[in-house]
Amino acid sequence: MNTEALKDLLYKMADDQLILGHRNSEWTGFGPLLEEDIAFSSMAQDKVGQSWQLYKILNDLGESDPDTVAFMRNADQFHNCQLVELPNGEYDFSLIRHFLFDTAELIRFTMLANSSYEPLALLAKKIKGEIKYHKMHADIWIKQLGSATEESIERLQESFNIAFPYALGIFEPSQMEEEIINEGLFEGEEKLKAAWLAKVSEIIDKTSLTLPEASLQTPVYGGRYGTHTDNLQPLLDEMSEVFKMDPAADW
Amino acid sequence: MYGGGNVFETMKATALGDEDPVKLAEFEARIDRGEKIEPTDWMPQLYRKQLIRMIEQHAHSEIIGALPEGTWITRAPGFKRKLALMAKVQDEVGHGQLLYSAAETLGKSRESMLDDLVSGKSKYSNIFNYPAFTWADSCFISWLVDAGAIVNQVANSKGSYGPYCRALERICAEESFHLKYGHHCVIHLATGTKKQREMMQAAVNRWWAPMMHFFGPSDKISVHSEILMRWKVKMASNDACRQQFLDMYVPKIWELGLTIPDDKLQKNPETGEWEFTEPDWDEFKRVINGDGPCNKERLAVRKIAEERGRWVRKALLAPKSKYVTPLA
Repeated sequence: MNTEALKDLLYKMADDQLILGHRNSEWTGFGPLLEEDIAFSSMAQDKVGQSWQLYKILNDLGESDPDTVAFMRNADQFHNCQLVELPNGEYDFSLIRHFLFDTAELIRFTMLANSSYEPLALLAKKIKGEIKYHKMHADIWIKQLGSATEESIERLQESFNIAFPYALGIFEPSQMEEEIINEGLFEGEEKLKAAWLAKVSEIIDKTSLTLPEASLQTPVYGGRYGTHTDNLQPLLDEMSEVFKMDPAADW
Repeated sequence: MYGGGNVFETMKATALGDEDPVKLAEFEARIDRGEKIEPTDWMPQLYRKQLIRMIEQHAHSEIIGALPEGTWITRAPGFKRKLALMAKVQDEVGHGQLLYSAAETLGKSRESMLDDLVSGKSKYSNIFNYPAFTWADSCFISWLVDAGAIVNQVANSKGSYGPYCRALERICAEESFHLKYGHHCVIHLATGTKKQREMMQAAVNRWWAPMMHFFGPSDKISVHSEILMRWKVKMASNDACRQQFLDMYVPKIWELGLTIPDDKLQKNPETGEWEFTEPDWDEFKRVINGDGPCNKERLAVRKIAEERGRWVRKALLAPKSKYVTPLA
């Protein structure tokens, strides 16, 4: 087994879940209605929990313990796509991001349930069962707000246009993409992207929204290789503020 | 989480003058027999009004209470704490949701309750007008403020209004986990490194006065309403709740090597009652009336959330939008 290729795959997925989970948790107390505070908190807990499990697999492969990996790295050592680190913005942006990301995640973890690396395949089976509900949540809200009022449609469309190039960055190929596919670890980002686009269109077609024009379809890459927006380092500084007061202490 | 110190409606001597005396007697007899009053049952207007006010204040306290702790979710040290704190604060918001529903059964909508919160017309627990400066403050809240809330809420769950009692039973079950989580955090800080111990002691020093205020003014000075006790709206006196809290938690705080900033605090071996420096009730009144360290900030945050979310709520009501089938 090509351990380096496996680690590459695990790191980007774990980092995605951690950072978006963190962003989702920022909605606690601020949602447009209490039910949404609660829903975003549930998704945050799932995502942070999933990242923890993925870091545990990395730990078994010789990487540091999950707390150290999550709380002690700098932004340039993170492999998440830039989509997940962007600030929450208004509810329309958070919702569109959630929809675009979780549509991809459900397909990703369904595919990973057949991974040649058994610990990952087992975990993926569990994760896809959780993400199924995230996708249902996103679909319901997109369908509702995407065809409700002039304002809601306009807001969603604007956020859709902004988020879409970043969402394409989810599928930035890994430097070990070929090894990952050849080893049967994962069927690859290209295949995932095609399936994702079909699923996204399926829901968007049921609303008054339209897929962003071709000019807005240049993917924002870099995240998988440690290049990030200015939003990630402050997020990490906040996340590790207490932990770094004494990383050796038991909190 | 919620303590005592409810702000009840001022009662006029004539408040019951318009009620049908036969129905009123029947209503009181039911309460005496320990029966629960349900939403469609007859009840005096005054009972309805006082309950709405109390449950509403409780619901507001839950969602405002999510703010000081919520700010520590993004900074919680390590996966275990991060996940637990998220779940804990989510519970508090859920309690708000549950309680607004209980209050709605009495005829006031959630929207109008939230409007009254933002406008400052209705109150919430005073303790959340103090800032949570450090991680240790959030641990103090999770353990001891929740412990205080349990004392008050267990008493109120034996009250007379069915929907409120049932909500409280579930809330108390969840709060008991919060208390375990908070205690676990405090133990780690109080028995940890020098820096952690100092952080925890500083939090106890900061939060002790608000904690003593939490149960409301002393019975000696609070306007007592015999009728609210008789109708089982108010179940335990402020002083009784405070004594119960001190009895249960002061030994546990001392056990961890922490000190409490009150040299008069001791249990009188003869009376079995705790003695302490009389809390500053003028400060309590000042803070509850809007002049605390965080009143403005808390309400501003709530107001922004309400305003930013308005278009979403409007879009949910859009008559033309197609009905979306709920989750499978």
